[in-house]
Parts: sequence; structure tokens; C-alpha cells
Amino acid sequence: MGSVLQLFSEYNIPGAFWVNIQLTLWSALFSLILGVILVVMRISPISSMRVFGRTYVEFFQNMPLTIIMVFMVLGVFAQLKLSFSTVFSVNFFWLAVVGLSLYTAAFVCESLRSGINTVPLGQAEAARALGLSFIQSASEIILPQAFRGSVAPLGNTFIALLKNSTVAAAASVATESSSLMSEMIEYHANSIVAIFLIFALGYVILVLPIGALTTFLSNKLAVRR
Amino acid sequence: MELSHVEKHFGSLHVLKDINLRVNMGEVLVVVGPSGSGKSTMCRTINRLESIDSGVIRIDGEPLPQEGRDLANLRAEVGMVFQSFNLFANKTILENMTLAPIKVRHMDKKDAEDLAMDLLARVGVESQASKMPSQLSGGQQQRVAIARALAMKPKIMLFDEPTSALDPEMVNEVLDVMIQLAQEGMTMICVTHEMGFARRAANRIVFMADGRILEEDTPDGFFDHAKTKRAQDFLSKILTH
Repeated sequence: MGSVLQLFSEYNIPGAFWVNIQLTLWSALFSLILGVILVVMRISPISSMRVFGRTYVEFFQNMPLTIIMVFMVLGVFAQLKLSFSTVFSVNFFWLAVVGLSLYTAAFVCESLRSGINTVPLGQAEAARALGLSFIQSASEIILPQAFRGSVAPLGNTFIALLKNSTVAAAASVATESSSLMSEMIEYHANSIVAIFLIFALGYVILVLPIGALTTFLSNKLAVRR
Repeated sequence: MELSHVEKHFGSLHVLKDINLRVNMGEVLVVVGPSGSGKSTMCRTINRLESIDSGVIRIDGEPLPQEGRDLANLRAEVGMVFQSFNLFANKTILENMTLAPIKVRHMDKKDAEDLAMDLLARVGVESQASKMPSQLSGGQQQRVAIARALAMKPKIMLFDEPTSALDPEMVNEVLDVMIQLAQEGMTMICVTHEMGFARRAANRIVFMADGRILEEDTPDGFFDHAKTKRAQDFLSKILTH
């Protein structure tokens, strides 16, 4: 027990988790925006839009996140010279957010699409029959119901995002939790089990409320038919 | 409104075969026939919820436009009432009524709400305006759906089996609204199994079977002296209870 307390005083463990939380919140925001755009493309009446949406999803869903994150640093930053800031840590943070967002957007898109499948076809037909355009039907009728029908898969996607945020280590975000864990293990090889448990429990504590909130919202927001 | 030589296939199934039909302003046309005869499909082709393979559909002399803004405008002129009501589940009754007038007709909110309340009063559900669709009975939902279509001031109303999903005691409240509408001179095409309504409200009956229009006649002519064997069979099955 004493060694655990000593680890906490020696390292800023909550601070490392806070980096992951920030990565998650920003990526959740951006992937949600991108995911909505993608799902609108996927149900669009224009076939080239559908092809693009589908290709994007297939590409990013089937690619290991680590490869995307490494590419963000070695490809986008080192080779293509795109950067967000001259401060390295800030730059890598945002590169990681971009990588996570691009990746997670594919899953957000598919979660929303499962929500769209819960909306009866008649809702879209009625909207069209009244003269609403595709964008109007999507934004007023289909997506609001689809969101409420996809709370559970979206919640799962964001839980996965929080856990995936540890892959930011591959994008050189050195302050996040799994990087800190490696560092701690390196210097405290005699307390490996304790260190593992600290981080494992940390994630469980973070994820449990998201899961509970998801279940609660999923019931509360369900569309009554 | 006119359909000429309309054909449609669902895969290998030939659902509409050489459909020719004219509906005049103010006319109430009732389409009857056995299940799977293509009645609903024909009704849905008129505002292009179903596409057709060949033939022409004209409304006011103009052929139906391609998918896009023109088609959306045309759909706004053609009111449609569905078997399953299809009220927007994420909107209140009042919002259901005002959405299209505001978004498509660009009415301002106050005018759209006044119009909505008038129409809801006409179909007798004005007290439900702030509720969600799922809180209403089927009959009430269908009356709202009719009012919602009327809010667009359509030139023609299509009814696709509007009472088939209703409990028996709610059928009449919907038919009453439809009869009232017919008496006010609305041009209507109704696909229905309600023969009493067909007799009372229709100017003309169209009998369809196997994707073809087999008979067109006045209600009395059709119900009392059906010409084809197929129609006589159909009538004997539904009228002898």
C-alpha cells in the first residue's frame, strides 16, 4: 500500500488520465461531426456520395489504429510538414486527436446507421410526400430519431474511443496514461502488478459511468411509436 | 391527373400492366381489388414514391419531374395519407402539422400554427395538439395525418388504405373526415377495402386485379352489375357476410 501511495506522489497519475480524457472529448466531438456527415452521405440519393461514404468507412474501420497514429506523426507531420503548433507536445496532441477522430468517425457513422435502421421507412416516405427535401427530411425527421435509437452503439463507440486514446502513445503523446505506465514500470520494476492495477482500475472507473449513462439515456430517449 | 400506359416491375414481378386512368378535378375515385393487385403501388406512383418503368403520369398536364426540387414541389401539391399514419414520431402533433408548411411553403410560424389549429379542429383533434403521436389512438393519428396533408393545400389527395390498420371502432371517424372532404370538392384517389364508403363517396370505382384495371364504373354500376367474372368473384367474397 505504501508503495502505491509513493507512486501517486511521485507521478501525476490523474494528470495522465486527464490527457486521455481530453483526447477523448475532442475526438468524440470531431468524430461525431464527421460521422454525421458520413452517414448523411451513406443514405444520400446521390450515388457518388454513397460510394465515398462507404469507401471511407470500409477503409478506416478495417485499418489498425496504431498505423493511423504512426502515419499522423511520420507521414502527416514529418513528411507532409503539416503541424498544429511549434510546441511539440501540443502538436502531437492535436495530431493524435485528428487520427482518433478520422478513425472513430467510421464507427460513429456505422452506429448512426444502425440507428437509422430503427426508423421506419414510412417516416421518410411521409417527409418526402410532404415535399421536404432530402436534407430537410434527414435533419428534421430521420437523424433526430436515429440519434435517439443509436445511443447504445454510440456509447460503446465512445467507450472504445476512451480506451483507444492510449494508442496516442504511438503518436508521441508522451503525457498520456499508457506512456506514463511504461515509464513507471521502467523505474519501478518491483511494483509492476500494482502499476498495472492502478491503470486498469483507472479505466474501469472512467468507463463504468459512461456505460451507466448510456443505458440510462438509451431508455430515456427511446422514440415512442 | 392522368396515367397513360404505365408499367412497373418489382424484379420479375409485373405489378402494373398498361395502366390508363384519368381523374378530373373534384372527382372522388375509389380503387378496389384483391390484395396484391397493384392498387397501392399505383397510388404511390402518382407522387413518385414508386418509380415507373415506362408510361407517363401527368398532373395538370405536366409530366412528373425527375427526383429533385421540382419533384419535391410537386409532392407538396399532392397530399398522401398512409395505411400506417406515419406521423413524425419525434414531433408533437402541432409540429407535425406545421413542419412542411414552414419548411416547404415558407409560411411564418404563427400563420402555420393558426392553419394547423383550424385543420385539427376540423378533424376533431385540436385538444391533442401538444401531445406526441404515440399518445393518440390510431383513429386520431390518422385524422391528424389527413389534416397534415391538408395543411399543404394540396390539389389532390391520395389515400393508401387509410383504415386498414385501424381497430374497427375507429374506422368510421376516419371515413367521416374523408366523406366530408369529398363533399367539399377535394379531388381524391382512395385505395380502400371499405365498400360502404366507396358506395357513398365515390364518383367512380376502379377495380384492379393482377396489375390491371379491369373495370371502371359508377358505384351503383359496379356494385350492382359488375361486368367481369373477376369483379363478380371479388364482390361475392366481400359482400356475402
